[in-house]
Amino acid sequence: MWGTIVQQTFNALTIGAIYALIALGYTMVYGVLRMINFAHGEMFMLGAYAAFVLLALMVPDIGAAGALALTAAFFGAILLVGFAGVGIERLAYKPLRHSTRLAPMLSSLGVSLFLVTGVQIAAGPQPRMFPHLFPNQRYEVLGGSITSVQIGILIAAFILMLGLHFFVNRSRLGIIVRAVSESRPTAQLLGINVNGAISLIFFLGPLLGASGGILYSSYYGIMTPTMGAVVGLKAFTAAILGGIGSIPGAMLGAFILAFVEVVGTALLPILTNGAIGTEYRDVFAFAILILVLLFRPAGLLGEAVSEESMVYKREF
Amino acid sequence: MASTVLTTAPARAPRWLAFLLIALAAALIVATPFLPNYYIRVANSLLIYILLGIGLNIVVGYAGLLDLGFVAFYAVGAYTYALLASNQLGIHLPLLAILPIAAVIGAATGILLGLPVLRLRGDYLAIVTLGFGEIIRIVINNMDWLTNGPKGIPALDRADMLGISVARPSEIFWLLLVTCILAGLAVWRLQKSILGKAWAAIREDQDAAAGVGVNTTNAKLAAFAISATIGSIAGVIFAASQRFVSPESFSLQESILIVLLIVIGGIGNILGIIAGAAILILLPEVLREFAEWRILFLGLLMVVLIIIRPGGIVPRSLGPDVLFKSLFRR
Repeated sequence: MWGTIVQQTFNALTIGAIYALIALGYTMVYGVLRMINFAHGEMFMLGAYAAFVLLALMVPDIGAAGALALTAAFFGAILLVGFAGVGIERLAYKPLRHSTRLAPMLSSLGVSLFLVTGVQIAAGPQPRMFPHLFPNQRYEVLGGSITSVQIGILIAAFILMLGLHFFVNRSRLGIIVRAVSESRPTAQLLGINVNGAISLIFFLGPLLGASGGILYSSYYGIMTPTMGAVVGLKAFTAAILGGIGSIPGAMLGAFILAFVEVVGTALLPILTNGAIGTEYRDVFAFAILILVLLFRPAGLLGEAVSEESMVYKREF
Repeated sequence: MASTVLTTAPARAPRWLAFLLIALAAALIVATPFLPNYYIRVANSLLIYILLGIGLNIVVGYAGLLDLGFVAFYAVGAYTYALLASNQLGIHLPLLAILPIAAVIGAATGILLGLPVLRLRGDYLAIVTLGFGEIIRIVINNMDWLTNGPKGIPALDRADMLGISVARPSEIFWLLLVTCILAGLAVWRLQKSILGKAWAAIREDQDAAAGVGVNTTNAKLAAFAISATIGSIAGVIFAASQRFVSPESFSLQESILIVLLIVIGGIGNILGIIAGAAILILLPEVLREFAEWRILFLGLLMVVLIIIRPGGIVPRSLGPDVLFKSLFRR
């Protein structure tokens, strides 16, 4: 019993850490532009493919890639996707900044469709094997077995999230980003380069999303062009759950969602005597989301919204 | 920009444009039943999406509430037909009996969704409706004993209406065309009615609308219910024409596609829905030989169209009534 609990907790932490990396991108973009970036899940997918391509360029046999090549591919890929994110923002979202609120969201849907099909044409629609970033070993902890891959993912994700935390809260650029997110017109009046700050957001979000994609693919050992849709939706749910626009909220929401999923998978069939199977875990995830939104529309850690502040007149 | 319908003078279309569009539509309608079956199927799928667009447009275009879970009502209608006209439950009702049943169930589902989300606006509403759509799809996917799960329900009954068979593509075409025209007329009348004006008031400024005595709760619930009814009826006809339903047809992408065709075509306008559906449904068919490249192109085209014309291709004020008036104007 203890072993199962320990093991499931670690599974939830691993998945939660990956969701958190992706959820951060959704929440940062929303915080600054009030826009749901539907193409963000594709950054996650692009990360895995970019790392794969870089590895293939560096070593002849991907399965036997050394630690140096893997590290170089990881950082190379997330930087590439970061720059791709900035480029996409310039081309597809920036012209719509003063348009209706719906327009950039729909534009991001077009970008998403474009990227998924583009990768499908370039790499084929079939799933591909993805190498393990960390040597695969099992450890017995308190009766549960934990793999070194999980530990590596947890460490990598926490380093990235700590890095973001210090960047946003301590650095000069972080202050600029927070100022723009607080109020774009005021920041502009104070002489802050708003476009630069938005570009920075569209660099960091895809960078974190891409790192999530690489870790996810190396955890499951597989990548597909369409993997961004499902995981992106989950991470998006996590961002809303925690309070969209709030960075700690996105992390909290991601871990809560991961625990709900894991507990749903492990406990539901036992609790209901098999009447409700594990397939319903996503229903629970969405039901929790809807309940949270109904009673606290701002999410768990978001700033409380009064009904007036939800009003955007003439949205369309 | 797009919501100037209440303040500007009625738009006028040049007479040649009105004549051209109406003649083109009439020619296409008359010619379609004589084309090979493949073309009729494409026309049918176009008409289904136009019908769905007319339904969703009530909530999105008229009342200004972004609904990303519209496909749930489509699924409810399709599965109503599938369960009441197949061997799945051993029930074999005629199409004419199922249509009102599906309409009632659709309206009930619409109110069921509408009640809890009345307080929510904007993005939050979009997200809750998205979650609702996903829940319906997952439940259908997993209720194996009722819906046969991901395998879907095959071999649905051939539909007929009072002894006239409605199963071949050309017969479905006429059914869809009549339904589309009826739905379009009903919605057009609704938009001009006091309820339609209440919707417009809610869209422009909900608090001001409540302030001048619009019962926003009832108006929103009516929008959800009517839109869900049309979605559900579209689902019934879809199931009757495919004679097979599976959860795959009701993914989040479908919902998004319907929102897209409304926005790209021109929000709040039936002509816009037709234009949007023509681009998003016909273009991939026309470019079929380019396989995946057409989807790549479609994604690119979506971005470009939204950047060039964020308000949609057809202006909101240029409705079908304006076209007809322009034609007979002296």
